Amino acid sequence: MGSVVSFTILGLFTGAAYAIAASGLVLTYTTTRVFNIAHGALGMVMSFVFWDFSQRQGMPVWLALVLVLGVVAPATGWAIQRFVTRGLGDGPVSVALVVTVGLLVGCIGLATQVWPPATRVLPPFFNGSGFQVASTYVTAHQLITVLLAGVVALLLYLLLTKTQIGTAMRASVDNPELLRLFGGKPDRVAGMAWAIGTSLAALGGILLTPVIGLSYYDLTLLVINAYAAAMLGRLRSLPLTLAGAMGLGILQSFAVAYLPSDGLLSGIRSAMPALFLFAVIVLTPQAQLRIGQVKGVVSAPLPSRAKQLGAGAGLLTLVALLATSLPDDALLLVGTAATYAMVMLSLVLLTGYGGHVSLAQFTFAGVGALVYAKLGEPTLSGLVVAALVAAAVGAIVAVPVLRLTGLYLALSTLAFGLLMDKMIFQAEFAFGTNNSLQAERLSILGTSFSSLGGYVLIMTVFLVLMALVLLALRRGALGRLLIAMRDSPAACGTLGLDTRWFRVGLFALSAGMAGFAGGLFAGMRGTIGASDFQVLSSLPLLLLAVVFGVTSVTGAVLGGVGLTLLPVLQSSNPAFAGLIFAVVGFGAVALGRDPNGLANRLFTLGRTLRPRLPAARRTADVPEPDEVTEEVPAHVAS
Amino acid sequence: MSLLEVDDVVVRFGGVTAVDHASFAAEQGRVTGLIGPNGAGKTTCFDVISGLRRPTTGRVGFDGRDVTAISVHRRARRGMGRTFQRLEAFGSLSVADNVRAAVDIHRGLTGIAVPWRRSRTAQVGALLDRVGLSAYAADRADAIPTGIARLLELARCLAADPALLLLDEPSSGLNESETEAFGRLLRDLAAEGKGILMVEHDMDLVMSVCDEIHVLDFGSVIASGTPSHIRDNPAVQRAYLGQADTGQVA
Repeated sequence: MGSVVSFTILGLFTGAAYAIAASGLVLTYTTTRVFNIAHGALGMVMSFVFWDFSQRQGMPVWLALVLVLGVVAPATGWAIQRFVTRGLGDGPVSVALVVTVGLLVGCIGLATQVWPPATRVLPPFFNGSGFQVASTYVTAHQLITVLLAGVVALLLYLLLTKTQIGTAMRASVDNPELLRLFGGKPDRVAGMAWAIGTSLAALGGILLTPVIGLSYYDLTLLVINAYAAAMLGRLRSLPLTLAGAMGLGILQSFAVAYLPSDGLLSGIRSAMPALFLFAVIVLTPQAQLRIGQVKGVVSAPLPSRAKQLGAGAGLLTLVALLATSLPDDALLLVGTAATYAMVMLSLVLLTGYGGHVSLAQFTFAGVGALVYAKLGEPTLSGLVVAALVAAAVGAIVAVPVLRLTGLYLALSTLAFGLLMDKMIFQAEFAFGTNNSLQAERLSILGTSFSSLGGYVLIMTVFLVLMALVLLALRRGALGRLLIAMRDSPAACGTLGLDTRWFRVGLFALSAGMAGFAGGLFAGMRGTIGASDFQVLSSLPLLLLAVVFGVTSVTGAVLGGVGLTLLPVLQSSNPAFAGLIFAVVGFGAVALGRDPNGLANRLFTLGRTLRPRLPAARRTADVPEPDEVTEEVPAHVAS
Repeated sequence: MSLLEVDDVVVRFGGVTAVDHASFAAEQGRVTGLIGPNGAGKTTCFDVISGLRRPTTGRVGFDGRDVTAISVHRRARRGMGRTFQRLEAFGSLSVADNVRAAVDIHRGLTGIAVPWRRSRTAQVGALLDRVGLSAYAADRADAIPTGIARLLELARCLAADPALLLLDEPSSGLNESETEAFGRLLRDLAAEGKGILMVEHDMDLVMSVCDEIHVLDFGSVIASGTPSHIRDNPAVQRAYLGQADTGQVA
């Protein structure tokens, strides 16, 4: 009996901290329609700042708290709204997601650079004091947290209903343009919302830090808990968000108390937010297809068939040369780059062509690798089975969010990735804990590619084939439908297309491609583990795909190379490891508005140089008839 | 039995009642007009009929069946086509590819694997020709004038050979001669046996092509009848002219 009470109190405490963070998330999302995936990451950075002020510099706790919550956090939130996320709410959801993921990765990089990994302790408020309630000891920190959650709820209620700026906030939810016409200042309202929201993220993080530790990743992932809680109120209702947060806190606490600490169920404890989220999503009512404006998007030009084949042959020749000359450790990098490029191709299909975002593409690759290794069938059919299982898993993720819109699908993939990380991948029946699952190298039609050079070459062959198939799809009916779906799902529906299942199919196809790459990767490495497919590595994957160009095959190949070189660069400059990570994140923030990325700049570079060449040479350069170019003013960046 | 039956439909958004116990019908082979002042609930009615919005209460019958609970694409497959007041063309595709996508959706996705390119391309050409868009075939759909984009939406609808066409302000953005040609096209389509339900503000067009007209005001049907009947109806005049009560003046 006593334990039930004490675990409830513990749950109320964590729930209260989630509630504080979650209400900040709801505030920023409702006023600007930008879902801030970096919400938890900002809370993490602010917790580090608080630690720095109060522990390292020895400021009084109250002063540090006032400085962080009253100055640093609001200023950061305001600046982010002003310079990073402004206007994102009116654009495609995928762009807003990529930019805030960039922010998240940038925050992690920044924190590791400024505060390198070390043991840091943040004591709870009024450490050591507390009081006895029946048989349960309640710390002052816990009590303060619960009280603060109540105060925050009350203040937000008063702000939104009793003040002018609150009324403006609620108005800007419905129509910022109208608000501007009536003399309101939507930008000021949005800045204010982000300032308060970031303060709340900071407060939530600071309150939780004494319990979960000053960790880059755990605090960042707080956004999933906050999101799960906020989903109960459909990211809109603050009271339901509070209820969701409390419920989640208590469920999590009970899971710790009453579920066995070993076996499959042990993973549930850490996967509780993700499970809670799925449950809420399944219960969420259906979203309606949105009707909007004609919005064309400029995609990277499709290369002619001759160019495709030429580039493919060129890449194969290059890799063949490398395979004969490079030492094994460098060859492994080439193979890794080919794997990453294939996973990025799956993002080209899903994000570049389809406009949907997956935040867990490495998890699907992990499913493929796991199936390939466990199957012990190192043939083409084994590889195909691995891809099919990954595709099926992709469909399973997409089906529950069938009835919802793009943002929810993307966030569900993140939750799914965490779920797989914590519950499946690390389990004994999967990769196991010591990263030593064996996988054999592939053999095709009796030919075994046992040498690393040969294997890397065959991987490149698969990469080229995958790219050619993707381009053929893009050119054909499927490509047209993908664009049609991205431009107007409502019109597709009224023309008779089952938009939901089309989306599930697209998602499954993309997951299957990632799974295929994962299987090949397992064969190359020989031994693989859960750490090869962590969900958080999917975020830099997405970012680099977008930075290099998620609408083109070239972008995927360049991105694959970039993602491979990232850790190499980091380990050769350990002092700047965090900074390099931060550059990737903030680079994506800067470039995320143009999904055509650097690859497209390369393409257009050729076009801008061409007129300067002598006219005689230009006549020989007439575009081939089947070269498709789409050149019309972009709306992407607006 | 009518092709389309809207039966006692109510749509509420929070406290606002957009459609208030509206009942009306559209017949096969006839052009039916749905008119009313701005905000009367016409487009909301279209959303309910085509399945983009569930009514709060009420029923939609189509082709002898209750389709109220059926999804958007199933209604389309049963023969409902619609255009949008706020355009929903596929902006990144060319005009021809817009229609081609519609043909592909209608004929099934097997076309992805086995493209019967010739017959489909020919169908696209015929459809563009029919609405008079051949000259625009290669233009991107976000770069054509509004009126032309509306015709494009009509061509896209026709790809599925629907039994019922729901046209939301199809003539706005067309000039006088284009509107005349459009009126003839509507009569031709009706003569082929298609039912047409049209929301339209151009009264000349409505009065000249419609067989029957329903008038919505504040979400309710205030009058139904032939064009001449509607023109002389005092309640309709009141709805359009506001408080100046023409009945009392006369």
